[in-house]
Amino acid sequence: MSSSRWLIVVLTFVVAFVLNLIPLPGWVLPYRPDWVVLVLIYWCLAIPDRFGTGAGWFVGLLVDVNNANLLGLHALAMAALGYVTSRLHLRIRMFPWWQQSLSVLLLLFFYKGLVGWMRSLLGELQFDWMYWMSSIIGVLIWPWLFIVLRDVRRYARIT
Amino acid sequence: MAARDTRARSSDFLRLVLLICLSVIVMLADRRTEYLDNARSILAVFITPLQFIASTPDRLGTWIQEAFTSEESLNQAYTRVRGENMKLRARLQRMQALEAENASLRRLLAAAEKVPDQVLMAELVDVSLDPYTHKLIVNRGVTDGIYLGQPVLDPEGVMGQVTETMPFTSAVTLITDPSHATPVQVERNGLRAITFGTGTADKLKVSYLTHNADIKIGDVLVTSGMGGRFPAGYPVAEVMEIVRDASEAFLRISAKPVARLERSKHILLVWQGIQKDFSEEDFGEGE
Repeated sequence: MSSSRWLIVVLTFVVAFVLNLIPLPGWVLPYRPDWVVLVLIYWCLAIPDRFGTGAGWFVGLLVDVNNANLLGLHALAMAALGYVTSRLHLRIRMFPWWQQSLSVLLLLFFYKGLVGWMRSLLGELQFDWMYWMSSIIGVLIWPWLFIVLRDVRRYARIT
Repeated sequence: MAARDTRARSSDFLRLVLLICLSVIVMLADRRTEYLDNARSILAVFITPLQFIASTPDRLGTWIQEAFTSEESLNQAYTRVRGENMKLRARLQRMQALEAENASLRRLLAAAEKVPDQVLMAELVDVSLDPYTHKLIVNRGVTDGIYLGQPVLDPEGVMGQVTETMPFTSAVTLITDPSHATPVQVERNGLRAITFGTGTADKLKVSYLTHNADIKIGDVLVTSGMGGRFPAGYPVAEVMEIVRDASEAFLRISAKPVARLERSKHILLVWQGIQKDFSEEDFGEGE
């Protein structure tokens, strides 16, 4: 894959990071989908042999710097997410859209659970049911995000 | 083909295991040592521009608001600020006399003289981090001399402390973060206590006060200066609720932070009693 195509992938992550950071009133925040994770899942499904565990780890490291928390926490969770997603890509790609969304929901829960577990070990977090809300909103957005990113991928001829 | 696939898979799994080990090492190193501060600064090169992009709408809004303010309202604001300045200066005169008196009394007692704190104004980078972290990003970093553990105030009271420094920005952990503890004392009688963050924006809990402790609803808690991180005497919180439960060893006390943690846009970074040579415009004298 040429470097200009990688640039497209990087750009989608730039947009995702900015969407994650856009200032919102406090009560909306728990509902905000984690755009970076959704984009990560997409690329792990689309180009699993070049984008998976390692890339997930690096993106996670950037998330750690962004959130100013313990370095390596999101990196671990995103590496695991990247691994699982790229391992399951063939199955998930074959699914009809609602089954695909369901598996994305499970992936999001897996990721959030891993992060939440580590953070509660550190004493940073008390679980409540609102914690899972962003995953549910995320999966509602998934079908549309999938279409947009697929068009981007086809336009840039990333295969 | 199948054999190759299996090999690719097992190498992929190996990579995952390696990366997980690496993450754990990185986490431990980041928690226990300071070796990784440089790595964070390097990675911040990618992240800081994104944070500034994300805060553009807010800055644009402020700019538009400033550009379209009428002369009349500016004049009104100017008059108000001048009046406020006059009042504050009048109060400062008395403060200076008191400070001089305090210094001479301390000399008489042969106690160490208190040096006034230096403060630096900073602005929040208006971005929303994870809702479960009580952290803020501030537009001053290592290049402005910000250091780890530096106390952060707003005009009302203590907000928190700097927990990560990057070249041009730094992250402030608020006093409401569950991992943050602030040594305080009751302003009225000097009773010492510790406040802990609860993870909710307007609530702190005050721990380890026994049933006979002299504390009332409405008491103001100020920093005690214990631990040496926060300078003494800045307001932290006001006691809101005291639950006396005989089955518990300590009182259950909740307090409300006096700093406007959610709304303050401008904050003050404090250098405790250190004289530093910085440009005049950035600094005022605190305390």
